[in-house]
Amino acid sequence: MDEKLSKKLRILADAAKYDASCSSSGAPKRKSDPDGLGSTVGTGICHAYTPDGRCVSLLKILLTNYCLFNCAYCVNRRSSNVKRAKFSVDEVVTLTVEFYKRNYIEGLFLSSGIIRSPDYTMEQMILVAKKLRRDHGFRGYIHLKTIPEASPWLIEEAGLWADRLSINLELPTEQSLEQLAPEKDGASIETAMAQMFERIEEAREERRHFSPAGQTTQMIVGADETTDTDVLRKSATLYGHYAMKRVYYSAFSPIPDSSAILPLKSPPLMRENRLYQADWLLRYYGFDVDEIASSSEKGMLDLDIDPKLAWALKNRHRFPVDVNRADREMLLRVPGLGARAVDKIVVARKHTTLRLEDVARLTSGLKRAKPFLITADHHPKARLDKLDLRERLIEKPEQLSLFV
Amino acid sequence: MTLHRITLETGADLHTFRKAVRWLIAEELAPQHVMFAIDDAPGLFGDETVSEAPPVAIPKGVSRLIEQVVCHSDPERYALLYGLVWRVLNGERDLLEVASDPLVHRIDLMARSVRRDLHKMHAFVRFRRMPGELERFAAWFEPEHFILEAAAPFFVDRFRSMDWTILTPIGSARWDRHELTFGPPASREDAPDEDSFEEGWRGYYESVFNPARVNPTAMRAEMPKKYWRNMPETAAIPGLIQTAAQRVERMIEQEATMPAKRTPERAIQAMWDQEPKTLEELNAIIAKAGPLVPGATQAVFGEGPHHAEIVFVGEQPGDQEDLQGRPFVGPAGKLLTKAMREAGIEREQAYLTNAVKHFKFEQRGHRRIHSKPTAGEVKHYRPWLMKELELMRPKLVVALGATAVLALSGKATPITRSRGRATFGPYQGYITVHPSYLLRLPDEATKREAYQAFLSDLHRIHDLAQANLETGELPLAAE
Repeated sequence: MDEKLSKKLRILADAAKYDASCSSSGAPKRKSDPDGLGSTVGTGICHAYTPDGRCVSLLKILLTNYCLFNCAYCVNRRSSNVKRAKFSVDEVVTLTVEFYKRNYIEGLFLSSGIIRSPDYTMEQMILVAKKLRRDHGFRGYIHLKTIPEASPWLIEEAGLWADRLSINLELPTEQSLEQLAPEKDGASIETAMAQMFERIEEAREERRHFSPAGQTTQMIVGADETTDTDVLRKSATLYGHYAMKRVYYSAFSPIPDSSAILPLKSPPLMRENRLYQADWLLRYYGFDVDEIASSSEKGMLDLDIDPKLAWALKNRHRFPVDVNRADREMLLRVPGLGARAVDKIVVARKHTTLRLEDVARLTSGLKRAKPFLITADHHPKARLDKLDLRERLIEKPEQLSLFV
Repeated sequence: MTLHRITLETGADLHTFRKAVRWLIAEELAPQHVMFAIDDAPGLFGDETVSEAPPVAIPKGVSRLIEQVVCHSDPERYALLYGLVWRVLNGERDLLEVASDPLVHRIDLMARSVRRDLHKMHAFVRFRRMPGELERFAAWFEPEHFILEAAAPFFVDRFRSMDWTILTPIGSARWDRHELTFGPPASREDAPDEDSFEEGWRGYYESVFNPARVNPTAMRAEMPKKYWRNMPETAAIPGLIQTAAQRVERMIEQEATMPAKRTPERAIQAMWDQEPKTLEELNAIIAKAGPLVPGATQAVFGEGPHHAEIVFVGEQPGDQEDLQGRPFVGPAGKLLTKAMREAGIEREQAYLTNAVKHFKFEQRGHRRIHSKPTAGEVKHYRPWLMKELELMRPKLVVALGATAVLALSGKATPITRSRGRATFGPYQGYITVHPSYLLRLPDEATKREAYQAFLSDLHRIHDLAQANLETGELPLAAE
C-alpha cells in the first residue's frame, strides 16, 4: 500500500470516527459466489476493538472531508482548519477489497463531506458501491450515509446497492439544529427518513433489494442544552414513525480545531450509557418515555444508577415481585434482571421453584434485584422501603474518566 | 461396582463420545461408574471395549449442545455431558429448560465459551498474502477450544474465490477454491510474517480511536489479550493509551478558532446548481441511471412541446416504444392519437409521457410480453415524473390508467371510482382509462361503448384546458 494512500486513509478515517452508527448487522444472510468475495451474517462481526472500547467492524471512512457545509459540531465543517483529503472512487474500492480479503473488516461504511453539490457527492458514493458489487462480486456489507439534500432519485439508486442507508439527525431539536447546523433543516431530514421508511417497507413487500438492513440514525448528546427526556422523546418518535433499527447516541467529544460555540470538555460518557439503557427500556422492556421521564430529575437521567433502578426506586409500591409467580411484564421491570434472564426464569419455574441461588445463576445483576424480589427462600421485607437503598445500590464506576 | 474407563482422542471427539454414550446407556451404566479419559494412545490402561449399540433418542437441544461442548478444552467435558444425557433419559426430559440447575448452568457456560471462541476466530483471523506470483493467503491463529473444523465453513462462504490456509496448533484448514481439507497442527513459522497492507491497516486502527473516550477495560472485555499477538493492529495499543490524555488536553487547551465564514451561500448555491433546469438535463440524468429492471433497450422520455397545456401520463413504454425510443407509438398509442384528434386535441400540441421510463417484459419465444410495473418500481421513477411536471407546469395533467394515478398521487386508487376531475399535488388533473384497456376488451359492443366513454373524457379534458385559458384561471389548482 503506497504512502500517499496510507496518509489519505489516516485523514479520512479520523474524519469519520465521530459517527457511531456503524454496526454491520441486519443484512440478509449471503455467501460469496465461486468468483466473488464476501458474505454477511445476521448480527455482524466486530473485527477489532480500539482502546476506547469501540468496535471496528466496517471500513469507516469519508470519501472526502472537504465540505461546503458549516455544522458547528462537525470536525469537517468548512471553517475548520483540519487537514483535507479526497479519495478517488477506485482507491476506496481497492482499500475495501484488500482489507476484506485479509479479514480486517465486514465491509464498507462510506460517508462524505459535501463537495461540488449534494448530488455529485451522492453519485460518487453510489459509484463506489456499484463498482464493488459489479466489478468485484462483493457480497460483504455496504452502508452508505445518504445526504438528505441529494435528489430523491439518487437515494433510490443508493438503496439498490447498499445493505443499509442512514441519515444522521445529529441534533434532536429544531432550535439546536438552527444554532449549530445553519444549513441543515430538521424538517427535510425527517422527510428524507419518512421517504426512506416507505421505500424500505415497499421493497420488503415486493421482495426487492432496497436497503434491506433498514435505516439507523445518530444524535449527538451534550453539544447543547437538550435534556435526556427530549432526546428520548425524539427517539420514540423515530422508532415509531420510521421504524429505525437503531438510534445511536454519541457523547459530544472535543474535536481538533473546535468551534467557539461548543462546550470544550470531556464527553459525557456516562450520560451516553444511561441513554442507551433507557433506549433499551423503551424498545424491549415495555416502558414508555413518560415513565422514564417521571423518574428523571429536570429531564435528566440519574447518572449514578441505571434508569430501570431509578424507576423502581420511585415506584416501590409495585414491588417486591415474586419470581415464581409474577408475569413476564412485571419481571422485566425488576432492576438487574435482563430480558434473557426473565425468559429463562419463566421457563425454569414450570419445572422447579426458584431460590435465590438459582436466580444468581441466571443473572449477574442479583445485587440490584435482591431488594425487589421474592424467591422461595427470600423476602426483602422492610429493606425495600429503606431510605438509603439508592445509596447502597450505586455501583462504583468501572472506569474513571480521564479528567477526574 | 467397578469404574468403567472410556478413552477419547484429543480434540473434539464427537464420534467416540457418541458411540460410547450409546453403549453406556444400553448397559445402563450410571455416570458415577464411568470415567472419561483423553489420550492419544488409547488401550494402555485396559480400557473398556465399547461395542456398537443402538442410537439413543435424545432431545434436539441436548444433541446440539453436545456438538458444541465437545469442542471445549476442559477435560471434564465428556463426564459432564454424560451426566446430562443420563438425567435427561432418566425422568428429566426437559432438564435444559431448567437453566438454573447447576449442571445445566455449567454446561451452558461451556457452550457459550465455545460459541464465543468461534465468533472471535471468525473476527480475529488475519490473513497474510503469501510470497509468489499467485494470490494465496495464510493465517496463523490460536483458538482457545477445539473449534477449527467448526469455524472453517464460515471462511469458505466468505472467501470462496480465494486460496487460503488457516494454521493453528490443533490442526490446519486449507481451501483451494474447490475443496476444504484439514491437515496436521502447524507452527507460527509456517505462516508469512508480514503483509503489505498491515501498515495501512494499523494506521487506520490508530485513526479511528477517539482519545477522549479511552476505555481499555471495555476493549479487553471484547478483545482479550490472548488474541493480541496474532493481530497486527494491536501493536499500536500501548502508544494510543499512553498519549490519549495528552492529546485531549491539547485539544481542550487550544483556543477555539472563530469560523472564517458563517454564511451558507455556497452550500445553498450548490444545492440549487445541482437541480436539473430543463427537460433535456433531466432526461440525461434518467438515461444515465439505466433501467431498474434490466432488459430495456433505452429510456423512453416524454414527447411534445415543453410548454404544452396538457400532459398525458401513461404507464410504461411497450415493445414498439422501447425499440423506437418514443412514447405512445404502439397500438395503444395509435388509438390514443386517433381519439385525441376526434376530441379536438392535436397530439403535436400535447405532451405525452409515462410514469415508468423503461420497458419491462417477459420473454415468450420471440415475443416480449409487457409486464406491469410494481408499486415500488412506479415510486422509483416518481421523483423524475414530478420533476418533469415541475419543469413544465402544465395546465392539466391527465392520468391514463391506474399506474399513472399511483405515480401522480402516490396512492393506489381504482379508476372506476375516481374517473373524472382530480387534483395531483399543485396540478389540475383528470383521470381516465389507459387506451390499452380499450384494446383488451373482448367483444365489439363493449369496446365501442368504452371507446365512446373515453372519447367523452377527452372532450371534457379539451374543454377544461380551454376554460383554463379563456377565463385566465390560475393554472395551479388551490390545494
